[in-house]
Amino acid sequence: MTALEKIPILVEAPEAAAQSYLNTLPLLHEILHALRRLHRDGTSTALDLLAMPFGPGDEARLFEFLGNGELSAELDAMGQSSIRESRFSGVWIIEHKSSGGRRVALQIEVTRLPAILQTQPEDIGAGLDAMQEALETLKAGEPV
Amino acid sequence: MNESMDFLLWARGTAFDVAVAIFVIGVIIRLFEIVSLGRANNLAEPKGSEFGPGMKTIVTRTLPEAGVFKRQPLTVIGGYVFHFGLLISLFLFIPHIELFAATFGFSWPGLPNPIVDAAAVLGIVGLLAVLWHRLTNPVMKILTEKEDYLVWLLTFLPLLTGYLAYHRLVNPYPFILGLHILSVELLLVLFPFTKLMHTFTLFLARWYNGAMNGRRGVES
Amino acid sequence: MADPRTKTLGETLRRHGVSRRGFLKFCTATASMMALPPSMVPAVAAALDKASRPSVIWLSFQECTGCTESLTRSHSPTLESLIFDHISLDYHHTLQVASGHAAEKAREEAMHANHGNYLVVVDGSIPLGNPGYSTTAGVSNLQTLEETVAGAAAVIAVGTCAAFGGLPKAYPNPTGAVAVRDIVHDKPVINVSGCPPIPMVITGVLAHYLTFGTLPQLDQYGRPMNFYGTSIHDRCYRRPFYDKGLFADTFDDEGARKGWCLYKLGCKGPMTYNACATAKWNEGTSWPVESGHGCLGCSEPNFWDAGGFYNALSIPVGEVSRSVSYAAAAGLAVGAAAAGLNSRAKAKAKKNHGTVTVDDLEKKS
Ligand code: SF4
Repeated sequence: MTALEKIPILVEAPEAAAQSYLNTLPLLHEILHALRRLHRDGTSTALDLLAMPFGPGDEARLFEFLGNGELSAELDAMGQSSIRESRFSGVWIIEHKSSGGRRVALQIEVTRLPAILQTQPEDIGAGLDAMQEALETLKAGEPV
Repeated sequence: MNESMDFLLWARGTAFDVAVAIFVIGVIIRLFEIVSLGRANNLAEPKGSEFGPGMKTIVTRTLPEAGVFKRQPLTVIGGYVFHFGLLISLFLFIPHIELFAATFGFSWPGLPNPIVDAAAVLGIVGLLAVLWHRLTNPVMKILTEKEDYLVWLLTFLPLLTGYLAYHRLVNPYPFILGLHILSVELLLVLFPFTKLMHTFTLFLARWYNGAMNGRRGVES
Repeated sequence: MADPRTKTLGETLRRHGVSRRGFLKFCTATASMMALPPSMVPAVAAALDKASRPSVIWLSFQECTGCTESLTRSHSPTLESLIFDHISLDYHHTLQVASGHAAEKAREEAMHANHGNYLVVVDGSIPLGNPGYSTTAGVSNLQTLEETVAGAAAVIAVGTCAAFGGLPKAYPNPTGAVAVRDIVHDKPVINVSGCPPIPMVITGVLAHYLTFGTLPQLDQYGRPMNFYGTSIHDRCYRRPFYDKGLFADTFDDEGARKGWCLYKLGCKGPMTYNACATAKWNEGTSWPVESGHGCLGCSEPNFWDAGGFYNALSIPVGEVSRSVSYAAAAGLAVGAAAAGLNSRAKAKAKKNHGTVTVDDLEKKS
């Protein structure tokens, strides 16, 4: 990657990028329906954006429309991930990157709280063990 | 293992070459035959001109006639609808124009696909209507020969398979595209030997009818 | 250290200090890679947790190594590499360090130890014309394939050459090349076609086997439906232009700059089934149509012989204009001859024409 980035490339502003390919609109309607379902009976929905036939600029247009909401979080597990709520409450954008910085998943989750944000039972167990061990190694009378 | 792809390649290759050869050779020979044979010498004295009435009849016989329309509305409407649907799908669909461009070296603008699609549907409906008419109308039934059904089928198949292929209603796609091409090849092969020749002879025939009547001094 | 083969993927990752969140993330990415809907992630997680390490033997026959290149051209640690770390690639004569007898021994050992359970990946076609056309360690490709496949669980034919014969099989097929499926009939063969296939699709199939222990659902050409289920054309972002009848006529006209449909420039998207439009290439950067070049149809059987790459799909394979003009010439010749005969007949008729008067007629009756 790094070696490739050193090669200067003159990117002419492609006229193609300026226009809409009409591919985001059906997706937005799908998100709307999912949000309605979540509102009505609490059903969550997840959409895989990497499986969408996006043209140049489609993704940017989608994110521009969704905007930024109240909450955003960073996750550092096997690479960075960003989890943020859009300006429409209940619609979340989740991007996972590998440790090499490459995007490996991009999802829209329509839910109250994306599952990945919650602490997993297995990790709670590990946390418990770790904390217990840490406390035991503390010497008595040592300031905490 | 790769039957449908092999089939498509064959339909687009060998079969197409053979069909086109038969079509072109057949049509040219038949036109030569018709033109070179001419008509028997008419020794009677001409009572009017041939050219004017001939040209006029080309126009009048192309337009619907009120009397016929009143008696057989379905024949007229169905006939027009299917001919227009067929001609639009054949000559104004971009992939078809590309084929003509590759064959003759020149092209013309096409129509957006949804319009062509609608025309194809009209063509199919029109053809079904005229078939129904042939099967139910007692007069049409008497007039209809086996060849008429053959010619109907030869015309119907390309429209039907084209519609199925365009909407990808049959899997795999190469198979239905191959069938579409094959149905056209069938049409091309039988074209010179059936009533389908009217595509080339109709104006000739209409002119001749008008000219004959003009010569005899009768209206046509 | 315990035998790595008995360890599950979940254990391996946990030993590497990967948290459950990290594991879920990995599963989300894997599900996406396998083209499974996000609702399948929990099932993928449960299965991957218990997935054991399969042995893979990679055989290269009449090929260009492009398929291996496609797979190994990842610049940063990727999901593909994680999946690959977890399989045991016991033989790949281009990649492995060992060569000669040592390499062949590794293959035999893996076959022996995992009899009935290992996967065979094949890239390249098999020449039947003369076994000498392509050999490894003096053994013909056909023999190697038959031997190796005998104890395999399944075969993955990677690339159009292995799947359909590919370039070696293109007319006139000098080596008598055939596809894996033409030879292997008693084992499941998955075709991962493409020239080369999308790396994510190769790994996706491996991941599917790893995850579920089964082979994905296949289409009529033996390709996994997840990736080859829809045509390029049906997922192409330029499709709205096709439907509106807006086409690029050359590679640098207004239509090309505006990103219109490439049908007229020979795009074979309508007859090609692959995942390029969504999976994309070069780590999701772009794909042929997005870069302005029509699809060549490389994942379809016999695509080399399917007519010019720059001819519209509706144009026949052969040279139409030439056959039309030959036919027209022949028609004209025969027509002229017929016309000649006709005019002779007519002249004869004219000569024999006699005049009949009213008197003659009255005389006769
Ligand atoms: S560019 Fe190719 S795949 Fe895309 S719409 Fe046009 S013909 Fe179909």
